[in-house]
Amino acid sequence: MEWINVIVQGILLGGLYALFAAGLSLMFGVMRFINIAHGDFIVVAAYLLLVMVMTLGLPPVVGIGMVVILMSAVGYLGQRILLNRVLDEDILPPVLVTFGLSIIIQNSLLEAFSADSQRVPSGNFATASLTFNDELAIGVLPLAMFLAAVGVIGVLQFIFFRTALGRLLRATSDDPEIIPLMGANNSHVFAIATALASAVVAVAGTMLAMKTNFDPTIGPSRLLFAFEAVIIGGMGNIWGTLAGGIILGVAQTIGAQIDAGYQILAGHLAFLAVLIVRPMGLFAKAKG
Amino acid sequence: MKSLSQTAMDRQSKVQRLALIGVAIIGFVALASAPLWAGRADLRLLMEALSFLALAQMWNLLAGYTGLISVGQQAYVGLGGYFFFALAMFTAVPVLLAIPLAALAAGLVAIPTAWIAFRLQGAYFAIGTWVIAEVFRLIAAQFPALGGGSGISLPVALVRSIASSRSGIELVMYYMAFFIALTSILSVWVLLRSRWGLALTAIRDSEPAAASLGVNIRRVKFMVYVGTAVGTALTGAFIFLQKLRITPEAAFSVTEWSAFVIFIVVIGGLGTIEGPIIGVILFFLLRDLAADLGTWYLIGLGALAIAVMLIDRRGIWGAFKARGFPNLFVTQRTLN
Repeated sequence: MEWINVIVQGILLGGLYALFAAGLSLMFGVMRFINIAHGDFIVVAAYLLLVMVMTLGLPPVVGIGMVVILMSAVGYLGQRILLNRVLDEDILPPVLVTFGLSIIIQNSLLEAFSADSQRVPSGNFATASLTFNDELAIGVLPLAMFLAAVGVIGVLQFIFFRTALGRLLRATSDDPEIIPLMGANNSHVFAIATALASAVVAVAGTMLAMKTNFDPTIGPSRLLFAFEAVIIGGMGNIWGTLAGGIILGVAQTIGAQIDAGYQILAGHLAFLAVLIVRPMGLFAKAKG
Repeated sequence: MKSLSQTAMDRQSKVQRLALIGVAIIGFVALASAPLWAGRADLRLLMEALSFLALAQMWNLLAGYTGLISVGQQAYVGLGGYFFFALAMFTAVPVLLAIPLAALAAGLVAIPTAWIAFRLQGAYFAIGTWVIAEVFRLIAAQFPALGGGSGISLPVALVRSIASSRSGIELVMYYMAFFIALTSILSVWVLLRSRWGLALTAIRDSEPAAASLGVNIRRVKFMVYVGTAVGTALTGAFIFLQKLRITPEAAFSVTEWSAFVIFIVVIGGLGTIEGPIIGVILFFLLRDLAADLGTWYLIGLGALAIAVMLIDRRGIWGAFKARGFPNLFVTQRTLN
């Protein structure tokens, strides 16, 4: 029974990881671009929620909405002003620019908020739980987050495969050189993709803020979790990413159950195992 | 027949090259004789700069010539450091021999690591190497004999075994740093002038073209990955001998051993031997000037790296070269 609890907690954690991964996967899918500062953007969203709730005194739900809007706007502008200028065949410039951003963000947060660990209180929501029996209890907050994660991924799937915008994004992903000939503007499409990814990052970051303690340095490890979920699930498959997040989450909670020091290591090893056995991921759709 | 202006350009270029060689000789002599003129603190700073120079040359060889953008080279700095501590503390191997042995051990680890990491390409490879470095960091923290998560200091007796006096130890350490940096430059230069270098520059310029001319790209990349791992670990072993203390966080630090090294190479000029040298000088000058600024210095460094990508991604030396400035280390073959 103890192990069922461990696995259930892992699945719930995996929802959050899938959300981390969805934004990363979206940007890579459309622009072939990996954002090294992805985890730091998640942490920025967490701090924004902290400011909205603790400093401005907004209710958390309103705060989350504000962070989503703010992050999307910053994502759109950042892509148009900065990132579009370094996108081309060469992968080094975007890697370097986002590496630079990562260092800038971490140190700016350190300057603004100190290295102290923070948390956004979410009232009795945080401690309420559904008790099934002595050993299995599911927290309301983690469950709500998991459902929200599934919801966000469902919305992304819908946008991608059922709307005109999604068609444009997929077409740009397939051939960014042809799309401008059809009258689309790549800079704008890329910026829309980043805005969408930033909205997902905002949801992920605000959830992180309510679920655990955070400080300015935790971004890079969130990037790695996101990356691992994408690779485990298989590139180009958004539900695969959810599965990847869940596998990672379960591996981590099982590791933690064995020894607290093994949590992160177990997740990394699960990732490497998938990489060795199935380099294209467990549920890969795309070829090459 | 060459035109008059062509001849004038040749002459200007020849003068510039002579000036460059002059500067290089002065730099070499100054560094070789540093223990005679530099104080203890300056010497330590120079050792650190020389270590970073070696790391930068290794990363430049990897990324600049084979296009393998790794953000996980801290794996080998850390492995070099930990293998060195383990060999020095738990075996009878003399301290100075433990350093190259640690580098070779890290090279052995790099072989299966490359096999796994090469399953990922491009940007995925970059993040994958970082995950692997994290795995090594977490494993290193699991060895109580090596201090676990909180790290361990090198026993004083071991340090004393290098030389009898404190100044003697510092002298030996300085020349080790000097030797490591010099070897890193010369080995990259010799490599690039060899048949392998021809393959490497071909891969740098165009992978499909290189492959069609019979370069075994995967094998070349594998050899360079393992080779730079050995060089990086050698430097790592030395760095932690100098620091006298190792912790998993310091040994496998992504900021220190990847971000800074990458910034040094890219700001100086990727894919050139001169670039990392210029980058290291600039990095340490800036650090010296901005020592009191703390986090603002790091923010400025990040901004500088972004600026280089926006203004001229070839970096400082690349921009000079594009304006007809001659090379110090000639690696091109020219047809006359």
